[in-house]
Amino acid sequence: MIKIVKRDQPSRAIFFFTPVLAIFLTLVAGGLIFFILGFKPFEALKFFFIVPIADKYGFSELLLKATPLCLIAIGLSFCFKSNNWNIGAEGQLTFGAIVSGGVALLFYEQEGFYILPIVILAGAIGGMLYASIPAILKTYFNTNEILVSLMLVYVSKLILDYLVVGPWSNPEGFNFPETRQFSDSAKLPLLFEGLRIHAGIFLALAAVVISWFVFYKTYLGFQMKVSGFSLKTAKYAGYKGKKMIILVFLISGACAGLAGVGEITGPIGQLHREISPDYGFTAIIVAFLGRLHPVGIIFASLVVAITYLGAETAQIFMQIPKYTGQVFQGMILFFLLASDYLLFFKIKFIGSKK
Amino acid sequence: MIIDINFIGVIIASIMASAVPLILASCGELITERSGVLNLGVEGMMIIGAISGFALMTVTGSLIIAVFGAMLAGVLISTIFAFLTQTLITNHVATGLALTIFGIGISAMIGKNFVGIPGKEFPVLFEGLKDTMPLLGPILFGHSIVFYFAFALPFITSYFLKKTKIGLILRAVGDSPESASNQGINVRLVRYACILYGGAMSGLAGAYLSMIYTPQWIENMTGGRGWIALALVVFSTWNPIKILIGAMIFGGLTIIQFHMQAIGVRIPVQFLTALPYIVTIIVLVVISRDSRKIRLSTPSSLGKSFHKDN
Repeated sequence: MIKIVKRDQPSRAIFFFTPVLAIFLTLVAGGLIFFILGFKPFEALKFFFIVPIADKYGFSELLLKATPLCLIAIGLSFCFKSNNWNIGAEGQLTFGAIVSGGVALLFYEQEGFYILPIVILAGAIGGMLYASIPAILKTYFNTNEILVSLMLVYVSKLILDYLVVGPWSNPEGFNFPETRQFSDSAKLPLLFEGLRIHAGIFLALAAVVISWFVFYKTYLGFQMKVSGFSLKTAKYAGYKGKKMIILVFLISGACAGLAGVGEITGPIGQLHREISPDYGFTAIIVAFLGRLHPVGIIFASLVVAITYLGAETAQIFMQIPKYTGQVFQGMILFFLLASDYLLFFKIKFIGSKK
Repeated sequence: MIIDINFIGVIIASIMASAVPLILASCGELITERSGVLNLGVEGMMIIGAISGFALMTVTGSLIIAVFGAMLAGVLISTIFAFLTQTLITNHVATGLALTIFGIGISAMIGKNFVGIPGKEFPVLFEGLKDTMPLLGPILFGHSIVFYFAFALPFITSYFLKKTKIGLILRAVGDSPESASNQGINVRLVRYACILYGGAMSGLAGAYLSMIYTPQWIENMTGGRGWIALALVVFSTWNPIKILIGAMIFGGLTIIQFHMQAIGVRIPVQFLTALPYIVTIIVLVVISRDSRKIRLSTPSSLGKSFHKDN
């Protein structure tokens, strides 16, 4: 017989165990889906999760994809910890990329050590500006931040589309929807010859360290935690709720904007139509899978980054559609949320041995 | 300039046609939300409905199987959401997002084999009556059965919520699950039913898009309509009749794009495409500014999990 008992306290060990369980269950379910589609499940899973990162190039690609995911998820964890549902990081990424790309184009064919910092800063500011819209509307007009931040994703992609097709398109570009190449000084340096991994990874690592410090060593981190548990308590304690809402949105906007900078000033070096394969949405999953903990997010971003690479490899070698990556991402979140049940409830097996 | 009065009728009819998926999905979500559940997976359920409808139509050749199959697909996918939020008591927002991501992925995966296949013609009713009346003819006649159903749905929903006993139970569950539960109402069961109903309506909305409105399968063809449907529920302050008004406004914005382009207005096409999203934000701001009104009309337990001990 099985009996379900409520735990007196959420279990801390299980808190960190469930993400692992979720990944395992996703693999099982994924194998099942491959089987239904008529593939050999183990072979498909191997192409999906092992082959892509088996060599040096693959590992560099993994870090390349994990960088924006980690950066955005760190920013989102500020919002989610304090009960603010910013789900428009994709828009903040895009707008950050637009602003930093615009600045980079201003320095077209100019060189100088000062250019890159300005370009990076511009991206962060762009992301912050864009994130401030849902934040201000939420705090001063009581507007639902979920819907506003999401609508702004569509708007940002259309702005980008307008710019790269119209006023910013490369005059010598034969009407391709892309801008001119940025000058070398406006690009993030590549770390190794022949690999695409670039200095943007240091931005992500810096974000990890800073966020850890803010979460666990500052008064702001404490306030966020309290507001996340209970808005009433936060109000009672006299926290400036509005200021905090705007602040966490700005932080997550800046992170998403920086991710946008990495996407355009890294290996690509120009603005074009599709700068992000929905990193901003996938990062939501990364944030949850990493338990909103900076170190957890590093691991989670690596795991989720594999689904991007795996989808590409599986498409090339097995003609499995690349959207399988998204299916895996959705499943990870489903299983993670489901296994959280174990945090609050114990399943007891009451054996009748007689 | 003389404007043909029938041309105005045709434009109004096309606005109504583009409002149909929004009305269907919003009315479904409204029922879900009135029972206290916030399902952000509308976009995902809609796209699943779209591919299921189109795929079933192509494979079976039967429009009836396709339409009902799309609704069933919506029900099935929303069962995941219902099981997670109601039985495993997960967070509504996160689960809804997962549903949308999952739905978009699955639909693209299934849809790979259906790209570029032409759709079938969907039968329309009262075609012959179209020319009998100026202006009203094109508005009232010559539409699909789903179209008529969509425009009746807000009134049915309103009647159901206000005048029937089940409607009363549903509202009680949404406004105070504790007292409803004390009255012997099975809160979980009611919420399950409302979530599945929402799934069916979103599925139908998707099927309308892929089978009637633009009869073909295009990846991501819902293009944010599911999210606009969610915004419409807030816009309506949870009143089904007002959904009708909101959906017509957004339908109008979609249609205006085409006509502005056609008469050569020199506004970038991207701006016109962005208009519905921008207007959604503005409308949300205007509606939500009055926080008292929003508080009074929002189902009190919206988005909060309910768990009965033992």
